[in-house]
Amino acid sequence: MEKKFLAQKSNECRIDILQMVFNASSGHIGGAFSAIDIMTYLYFHKMNFSKENYLDNSRDRFILSKGHASAALYACLAHKNIFSRNELSSFRKIDSMLQGHPSRKTTPGVETSTGSLGQGLSFANGCAMALKMKKINAKVYCMVGDGEINEGQFWEACMTSSRYSLDNLRVILDYNHLQIDGFIEDIKNPSPSKMRFESFGFHVIEINGHDFDEIDRAFEEADGVQKKPVFIIAHTIKGKGVSFMENNVNFHGSPPKKEEYEKAMKELSDV
Amino acid sequence: MSEKKSLREAYGKTLVELGKEHEDIVVLDADLAKSTKTELFKKEFPERFFDMGISEADMIGTATGFASVGFKPFCSSFAMFLTGRVYDQIRNSIAYPHWNVKLVSTHAGISVGEDGASHQCIEDLALMRAVPGMTVLCPSDAVMAVSLTKKLYEYESYAYMRLPRNELDSLYQESDDFKIGKSVVHSIGKDITIIACGAMVSIAKKTLMRFKSMGIDAGLVDMYSIKPLDKEIVREVLKTSKGILTAEEHSVIGGLGCAVAQIASAEKRVMMDFLGIEDSFGESGTPENLFEKYNLTEEAILKKGKILYDKL
Repeated sequence: MEKKFLAQKSNECRIDILQMVFNASSGHIGGAFSAIDIMTYLYFHKMNFSKENYLDNSRDRFILSKGHASAALYACLAHKNIFSRNELSSFRKIDSMLQGHPSRKTTPGVETSTGSLGQGLSFANGCAMALKMKKINAKVYCMVGDGEINEGQFWEACMTSSRYSLDNLRVILDYNHLQIDGFIEDIKNPSPSKMRFESFGFHVIEINGHDFDEIDRAFEEADGVQKKPVFIIAHTIKGKGVSFMENNVNFHGSPPKKEEYEKAMKELSDV
Repeated sequence: MSEKKSLREAYGKTLVELGKEHEDIVVLDADLAKSTKTELFKKEFPERFFDMGISEADMIGTATGFASVGFKPFCSSFAMFLTGRVYDQIRNSIAYPHWNVKLVSTHAGISVGEDGASHQCIEDLALMRAVPGMTVLCPSDAVMAVSLTKKLYEYESYAYMRLPRNELDSLYQESDDFKIGKSVVHSIGKDITIIACGAMVSIAKKTLMRFKSMGIDAGLVDMYSIKPLDKEIVREVLKTSKGILTAEEHSVIGGLGCAVAQIASAEKRVMMDFLGIEDSFGESGTPENLFEKYNLTEEAILKKGKILYDKL
């Protein structure tokens, strides 16, 4: 793993995300910044997914169940050359291929449409089950948000993951502790999360979701797990990378003002 | 009286037939396989059958995952739990990303009977019609259910088909062909034409001679494809008939009647009326009791048809 390369890549993606949301005057920066390090690791190191094979059944699949972090997904796909980086400036605008939330029909490389929360893991399970039936040795990665898992369907899907022993599936929880109305602990607390997911039949790994060494160790460990789905609890920071956005719920779904944008851009450019 | 046959039995058997021919068909159910008759497929192809348990939302999502890898999934449950309960999953997980998933419900309408209103879905056609790009089918006999199940397999998009719990009169021959987007014209009336679907077709058919004896020339169209609707036939009916009466085992809000009215009213001045369940829930009772109480009978059709005729 080239840690320096990944750090640089995720920083470039953060800059793109910031620009996209600022240009669109809307979008979700906080949850994109908390997710982007893991997504960078998956797209630029771990996954078998490229411009050449992204339509092949043998590809690895990443499903962004927390679809509001779409800017992070688009930045990754653009940096993978699935589509031109020029497209990023059209994010959330009329006639754009880059919809507010991921849309499979309009955006190449998007596995399925997400954004109505709690639905991505069911899709991921179906992929993993179907890949096993076809004896295709590909992995399915599904990222869920910690607010998202308030949804009941997610827990239905967890039971399916273990029922079918989906060891080709890795669920990643972006545990940034904030949802729109505040701290998740004040709304529907998923803690004790490790115990919960273990009791649902997962092999659970807890990591710092911004540390590439820990991220790498977790996904390597996951590859050795058999007959069980893997659940990676990634402790993350909402708004990670820009000091005044970190742990600040105001940047969940509101775009930065001009001064904030410039300040954030300076911070990211100085990295 | 013609022989009665089960449409869900026909569906289950056809799934088995399709399973023998096509390896890419998978079937998912939500703990109702015995009732929906997908258990016939389960028995034959256990490795391609998935009982998702009582979690319809998860079933829908899992089916889309299968579709993405190249399978052709059929999902079944009762109409109540396959549409209303999972409207958002159907809209956002199937339709918006455009996955080729087939939804076939059983126990639609009030003919569910004794289980009562919680299990009597009378708004599934309205809900499914409203989903962008959704195809909506409502067969009227077992032969048609077989034919449409096969058509669904071949159809490269998402679709919904509703089947009743109880058996329905046999209307058609095995040689008859039923295409998505078409209809069956039994006759076109000089005065009125009844456009019906599902269980109401055979009931309406029995009224035609009785209308004649009342001096009313009535016709009948079996509009099994609610969406896309056979617009040509609606226009054809309007050339001859002065009035249209729609009949469906469904709420009068948003189902077949509304679909027909949308086409007819844009075409020419036409008097219409709508037979279906008025804005209310059903209740427990035998299917016969319920059809009687909720005016889904020959008498109710005759009465509404006469009032319509008198206004023409």
